[in-house]
Amino acid sequence: MITREPRYQLPARGPAGHLGRHMLALVGNSGRAVIMLGEAIWCLRYVFTRRSRQAIVTQMYVGGIKSLGVITVVAAFTGMILALQTGLEMRRFGQEVYIGAAVMVSMLREMGPFMTGLILAASVGAAIAAQMGTMTVSEEIAALEVMSINPVRFLVMPRLVALAVMTPLLSFYSCILGVIGGGVVGLTQLGVPWGAYVDNATRFVENKDLYVGMLKAFLFGILIVTIACHQGFSATQGAVGVGNATRRTVIVCFLSILICGYIVTRVFYV
Amino acid sequence: MIRMEGVRKWLGGKLVLDGIDLEIRRGETLVIVGPSGTGKSVTLRHMVRLMTPDDGRVWIENEVVSEAHGTALERLRRRFGVLFQSGALLEWLTVGENVALRLREEGRLTEAEIERRVMEKLDLVGLGPDCNKFPSEISGGMRKRAALARAIVHQPEIILYDEPTSGLDPVSSRTIDALIKTMNRELGVTSVVVTHDLHSALSIGNRIAMLFNGHIVAMAGPDDFIRSEQPVVRQFLEAQFITRKGAWEH
Ligand SMILES: Nc1ncnc2c1ncn2[C@@H]1O[C@H](COP(=O)(O)OP(=O)(O)O)[C@@H](O)[C@H]1O
Ligand SMILES: [Mg+2]
Repeated sequence: MITREPRYQLPARGPAGHLGRHMLALVGNSGRAVIMLGEAIWCLRYVFTRRSRQAIVTQMYVGGIKSLGVITVVAAFTGMILALQTGLEMRRFGQEVYIGAAVMVSMLREMGPFMTGLILAASVGAAIAAQMGTMTVSEEIAALEVMSINPVRFLVMPRLVALAVMTPLLSFYSCILGVIGGGVVGLTQLGVPWGAYVDNATRFVENKDLYVGMLKAFLFGILIVTIACHQGFSATQGAVGVGNATRRTVIVCFLSILICGYIVTRVFYV
Repeated sequence: MIRMEGVRKWLGGKLVLDGIDLEIRRGETLVIVGPSGTGKSVTLRHMVRLMTPDDGRVWIENEVVSEAHGTALERLRRRFGVLFQSGALLEWLTVGENVALRLREEGRLTEAEIERRVMEKLDLVGLGPDCNKFPSEISGGMRKRAALARAIVHQPEIILYDEPTSGLDPVSSRTIDALIKTMNRELGVTSVVVTHDLHSALSIGNRIAMLFNGHIVAMAGPDDFIRSEQPVVRQFLEAQFITRKGAWEH
């Protein structure tokens, strides 16, 4: 049951009491978010019905394709910055050709998924939270429930599938653009020929880097949708509540993307 | 048909409903009146289990809706149509698609049959020509009527109306009142109407219940209700310029 009833607690006493409340709230909210995610995964059995397919395609467009512009700019500049920073250092040792490997590996393993995740969290995640929050406070979620239309199947599942597919694709796209951006900087600022750059970039990279990066992006997509929908559905008190839910979504998404990124790196590279 | 037994509910640290006992008979229109913030919407929400009582039970005939889950709850909810206070139409669907939504999601009827039913209900509420507009393009009164069409598209036995006339001009309000009466007379549905508009309460209700401070403080037919001697009721009546003498005709 999505329509959450407010949980009222007596006011906390003292700093320890406040800390305790926050910890309890954190654990409780995480638990509820995971339960909602589980429900959404269970709803994947409807993924091939015609109406779900339409909803998923719409969400892929809204959540993915519309973010292409900003991701293009961010990814290209990330690659350029990486190339310039490492290139300037390496030039002191005459090793500037190694910017190829540096840019490629860091984009694939970390920067591509990370930048994509942050951008999607701030744009698509915030938009989802605001929409779900508005629907919650204006009783639209309650109306869906009364009509026996499960909001998790109707609203969460299509967004989950869309971002789980689009985030890795966008992340891959941002890697490519980052590498191109790095190459351009290498060519124009550091005097690294294009051929040497590409050769260096592809020599040191492994398939594993690609797979782990894609896995990260996939996890980020799921995190964003889960957090945004959960926050939206818990919104209370009209417009103020929607604003709070949106703000919390962006913060919690950023934190969990960082933490999740670290954990995945730790698991696969140590 | 619907029975609430000793329903108590705490919300935000406040006892909003303090032992509500209420019985709604088949085919009648029960109006619940009361000042804002006394828990009228909360009472309605208990009937479709959007809220669970902290204490007490809600019965639909001989089933306990306040403890129902899963398919049993779905089956019980199917018997209801609910008109929410804000209309609660989905903004990205047109009026027609909103009304058709539940039928399409259920997937039991053919598309032609769905179209036919949707147009029938939209014509009933006078929105046939506006079927392709989006909720943001129509007025508040039209949105309420569209929401009403959506609430009745699956031919429910019981309709819950949460403030169907609030925020509407008097003419639209009387149109909605007339629709509620039509629904009752011609389709034989049971209705529960929450309102603080006494004019509509007196004209549509078979019985009127007044909710105050978490209790049902008065429950009577319209004629007895306006003659009530209880101070709370008197105050509420006189605030809307309804006096004992000018009995309301309906
Ligand atoms: N989700 C909620 N969280 C906290 N308090 C609530 C909630 N819903 C209702 N209340 C409180 O319950 C009381 C009754 O609300 P409601 O039933 O909406 O009043 P009304 O009679 O105007 O429909 C109000 O004081 C409101 O503050
Ligand atoms: Mg209300």
